[in-house]
Amino acid sequence: MIRFMLGKLTEAAIAVWGVITIVFFVSRVLGDPTALLLPTGASDAELAALRSALGLDQPLLQQYFSSMGAMLRGDFGVSFQHMRPALDVVLERMPATASLAFTALALGVLFGAIAGTIAALKRGKLAEFIVMIAALLGQATPVFWLGLMLILFFSVQLGWLPSSGSGSLAHLVLPALTLAVFVSASIARLLRSSLLDILGEDYVRTARAKGLLPQTIFTWHVARNALIPVVTMIGIIAGELLGGSVVTETVFGWPGVGRLIVQAIQNQDFPVIQAGVAVVAVIFVFINLAIDLLYGFLDPRIRQGR
Amino acid sequence: MSALLELKHLTVEFHTRAGVLHAVNDLSYSLAAGETLGIVGESGSGKSVHALAMVGLIPSPPGRIVSGEVLFNGRNLIGMPERQLRDIRGKEIGFVFQDPMTSLNPVLTVGRQIMEPLRRHLKLSQNAARKRAVELLDLVGIVDPDRRLDQFPHEFSGGMRQRVMIAIGISCEPKLLIADEATTALDVTVQAQILELVRDLKRKIGTTVIWITHDMGVVAGLADTVQVMYGGRIMERGPVSAIFRDPRSAYTWGLLRSLPGKITAPGQRLYQIPGSPPNMVHPPAGDPFAPRNSFATDRCRTEVPPLRQVDGGAAGHQVAAWYDLRSAIANQGAQS
Repeated sequence: MIRFMLGKLTEAAIAVWGVITIVFFVSRVLGDPTALLLPTGASDAELAALRSALGLDQPLLQQYFSSMGAMLRGDFGVSFQHMRPALDVVLERMPATASLAFTALALGVLFGAIAGTIAALKRGKLAEFIVMIAALLGQATPVFWLGLMLILFFSVQLGWLPSSGSGSLAHLVLPALTLAVFVSASIARLLRSSLLDILGEDYVRTARAKGLLPQTIFTWHVARNALIPVVTMIGIIAGELLGGSVVTETVFGWPGVGRLIVQAIQNQDFPVIQAGVAVVAVIFVFINLAIDLLYGFLDPRIRQGR
Repeated sequence: MSALLELKHLTVEFHTRAGVLHAVNDLSYSLAAGETLGIVGESGSGKSVHALAMVGLIPSPPGRIVSGEVLFNGRNLIGMPERQLRDIRGKEIGFVFQDPMTSLNPVLTVGRQIMEPLRRHLKLSQNAARKRAVELLDLVGIVDPDRRLDQFPHEFSGGMRQRVMIAIGISCEPKLLIADEATTALDVTVQAQILELVRDLKRKIGTTVIWITHDMGVVAGLADTVQVMYGGRIMERGPVSAIFRDPRSAYTWGLLRSLPGKITAPGQRLYQIPGSPPNMVHPPAGDPFAPRNSFATDRCRTEVPPLRQVDGGAAGHQVAAWYDLRSAIANQGAQS
């Protein structure tokens, strides 16, 4: 178990390093941020002075190694735009992103699990048809359109909920709902097909031949096994949501990490880009680790490395 | 001896995209308590399907029991509410399935899977069920049962898993044990061990057994009565000695001739029954085996032969054939 964890952590560290390195070089291709930072008409001397102050006049590799060294100490530099440590700027946005992500995920998993189970158990019935059509629509509807429609209905028509911003529970409802529709649709579809696969397994027939009660068979023999692919999907979705849902955050003016990183890219705010991507990568990696551990819990063959 | 199980005109269909598949056709037989019945036939003969249908284990749809009765201890299982059937399955009728690799749940311990029917049917406490499970594993010849109970199926070999399946099948000391191709997935030495185990268990707990297989050799060493099935019907049925010594159905005769034991000279080829199994969506009009039978008469091709007592045969030796196999073979020998 300890070796398993150490191996996974090593993989994780390499993955995070790789992501940061790629982002470092790619962001340098964006251009020279000094031109954006100084007012138009600034002299070449002023530009050069700022460039040297930010360390951007040094050779690229030297910039890379010095900033990697600083990052290892937890120092991501000072945001060009906000004039504060980049990591602080990113972490300040995390609560907003996390609250949106977890709410959307909780709602999505709940509805998705119920819908997927109904669809699988009511195979060939009207209920399955309705659930599957709804799931297909939910998955195919673009998030920005759904967001706008919800705003139009609940904020503009009915005036029940605020259309934009954050700060209260009411602000959370529409963006969370928007994301939850997509999440639950994806989970419902996957869970249904996974359940149907497992229902056809020989060991489910064995369980029925033992005369077990339907609820025992479903809980212990069907659901236990059907959950394994669903857990993977929940992990992927959780990672995506915690990395910031740029579109939803933009539509609802939600102050999350996703929107922050996109703005940083537009402003060529290298430290914030790097800090943002590093934070998101670390979150992603830890979610993956959690999923791996959960797998081991669900499937003894993985736990025992077979 | 009174009949423990009596099938009357059981007919099972599957509604497939290609049409209605006639899996079991008007099947009737009875089984005495304590008897071991070997049911032999190739894939699609209805041997497994009828056994699953008896206790409500065929998927429905597409499967459907069209008609018939299955009297188990005098109670009709067909049309019995699922609630009551559940109380019979696993308790009074135990099952052992074909593939031990896929018939056990990979994510639950072997102990849990053995204890499930004990707790459900016999209402044993956790501790009592565990004690009983240890005894059962010991009974089926698994060493160190107490430790093995906490292991998962992937930690067992194929033969060991089949022993676990048998332990599950006999856990509640069922009156009837149905083994469906229980040794087919195992290699020959393990198969021999499992058969020995079943013979031994029969002596110890005296269960009535239906042993479903496609292997005549397996039946020879285990069964009291052999029932040969083809196209969802019984072709021949009788005491094991009569079937092997004096087969009266051309299909039985073909199966026996294709056993490897009949090879007498090196390089000699094994006998093969010509043709392939019937398409049960469009079954032959008469005797289902007629299209592959060189002895078939015109009547065989148009009219289904009834199962009747063999003239001059052993008691209980029945055959469904319009032709007389012994004279047909003699004629063929005389002509060639």
